[in-house]
Amino acid sequence: MKLDPRSRQRLLSVLSVLALFLLWELICRLFNVSDLVLPKPSQIFKVLFERLPALMPHATQTLFTTVVGFGLGVLAGVLIGVMIGSSKLAYDVAYPLLVGFNSIPKVAVVPIFVVWFGAGTVPAILTAMTISMFPVVVNVATGLATTEPELEDVLRALGASKTDILWNVGLPRTMPYLFASLKIAISLAFVGSVLSETVAANRGIGNVMMIASGNFDVPLVFAGLFILAFLGVALYAIFSFIEHKVTGWAQRKTDFSIA
Amino acid sequence: MTAFIELDNVSLRYPGGDVLALASTDMKIGQGDFVAVVGPSGCGKSTILKLVAGLIPATTGNVMVDRHEVRGPSKGVGMAFQNPTMLPWLSVRDNVMLPLKIVPPFRQEYGSKKKTEFADRAEALLKQVGLAGFGDKRPWQLSGGMLQRASLCRALIHEPRLLLLDEPFGALDQFTREELWSIMQSLWLDKKPTVILVTHDLREACYLGTRIYMMSARPGRILDIRDVDFARPRTLAMTFTPEFTAIVQHLRMQIADSRGVALEAA
Ligand SMILES: Nc1ncnc2c1ncn2[C@@H]1O[C@H](COP(=O)(O)OP(=O)(O)O)[C@@H](O)[C@H]1O
Ligand SMILES: [Mg+2]
Repeated sequence: MKLDPRSRQRLLSVLSVLALFLLWELICRLFNVSDLVLPKPSQIFKVLFERLPALMPHATQTLFTTVVGFGLGVLAGVLIGVMIGSSKLAYDVAYPLLVGFNSIPKVAVVPIFVVWFGAGTVPAILTAMTISMFPVVVNVATGLATTEPELEDVLRALGASKTDILWNVGLPRTMPYLFASLKIAISLAFVGSVLSETVAANRGIGNVMMIASGNFDVPLVFAGLFILAFLGVALYAIFSFIEHKVTGWAQRKTDFSIA
Repeated sequence: MTAFIELDNVSLRYPGGDVLALASTDMKIGQGDFVAVVGPSGCGKSTILKLVAGLIPATTGNVMVDRHEVRGPSKGVGMAFQNPTMLPWLSVRDNVMLPLKIVPPFRQEYGSKKKTEFADRAEALLKQVGLAGFGDKRPWQLSGGMLQRASLCRALIHEPRLLLLDEPFGALDQFTREELWSIMQSLWLDKKPTVILVTHDLREACYLGTRIYMMSARPGRILDIRDVDFARPRTLAMTFTPEFTAIVQHLRMQIADSRGVALEAA
């Protein structure tokens, strides 16, 4: 049987996930692993299915805080990235601050947000935002900084202003970098929101998992994990798709990989 | 005749540079002239172009273009470099049309004319350099020589009065390069912009240039000015005549002398 490379790749990824679950199920049954340690996938799916109506509002909450935090993070990231990428002074001033800020473990900022804004949605959004902002800043700034000096001379000799250069060259050139960073940032945003939910919230998947683990309801913990994985993969896929549409010019090599 | 471009005792020291990149230089270039600047690498040829385009201010002296002192980046000057710097996300045609997005009065009409008049104009120019039918291609689908042709089109699309070329054919093979000389010549004869061509290829300078400025090694200064008055359009065959070879040989000897290198008698 002959398949084109795209479908073969898809088929292989689906098969590998199925194989993982199968192996997991087999190991659990063969060695009689306790539910309290590692529940069987079949059992997790059963819990997931039965409790879905109750879990849905939590999933929505987590998705909401993640996406809002991510959106704000990207917005702030692009603005700061453009700023430090197009001005040497801004770069010199802001870069050390950003690096210092980024090296703070994000768990440590959650209590501060809680003190300022109370427990719940706001600290989750802010944590997601701060954690997803950094890769965007770095990638946007890098993209802007890689403009060829000759091209800049060509444009300046034509009388182009800084904004002309930014719109026509800087920002389009930054797109592949930006989208690469969006895929990282969306995953990080999940880390941020769930982190905040486990520490300080009464809603969200993070909170559900925290409570479930307190009750030794391990299958439910895993069900929460599955929901997070599903949400993460779905958003990642959406951004990969948009990336491919918007920045296809930067991925020209894959166009030729016809076997 | 008053000069279109005039450098009066211009010198340049880059910020942080210890030596002059360009030592007191005088140049007078008439409107519509084709001037070639030759000299060893690092002698300040690119620096002259940047000064004329107003991309850097002179350390001493005056740069005048069209009877106005150059105080900041020029407007509407066409430039092309060894690196064609096409934007990979645009088609070749849109790349060529880039200056029309920036230079007035085209700038104001860009939105309404980019699909019609401006696109036709780009196509016509592409055809003139032998790239008919390549407008819809992406830059990475073109060879180095083809990209360089497109880069020339981009430098000329807005019909600039001044064209600055910094070793535009330097990275091409001999055959492609000679082909582009002829294309460059006909583009120039067509609209007669004032051209300053920087090159280290003496045959190229003699083929294209009406006047050749020879520069010494750094700190750059002008060693000699030489007029080349062969009839136009010049042909490749002409570059093999004894008269042409004699000029090239003369230039070569002068540069060698200035560097204190003994050139073996040919
Ligand atoms: N941006 C710069 N900063 C400092 N020095 C420079 C800069 N650009 C060029 N130079 C120096 O100025 C001299 C002349 O450079 P350039 O005009 O580029 O030479 P050419 O084009 O003739 O090879 C060189 O010695 C080079 O090292
Ligand atoms: Mg140079």
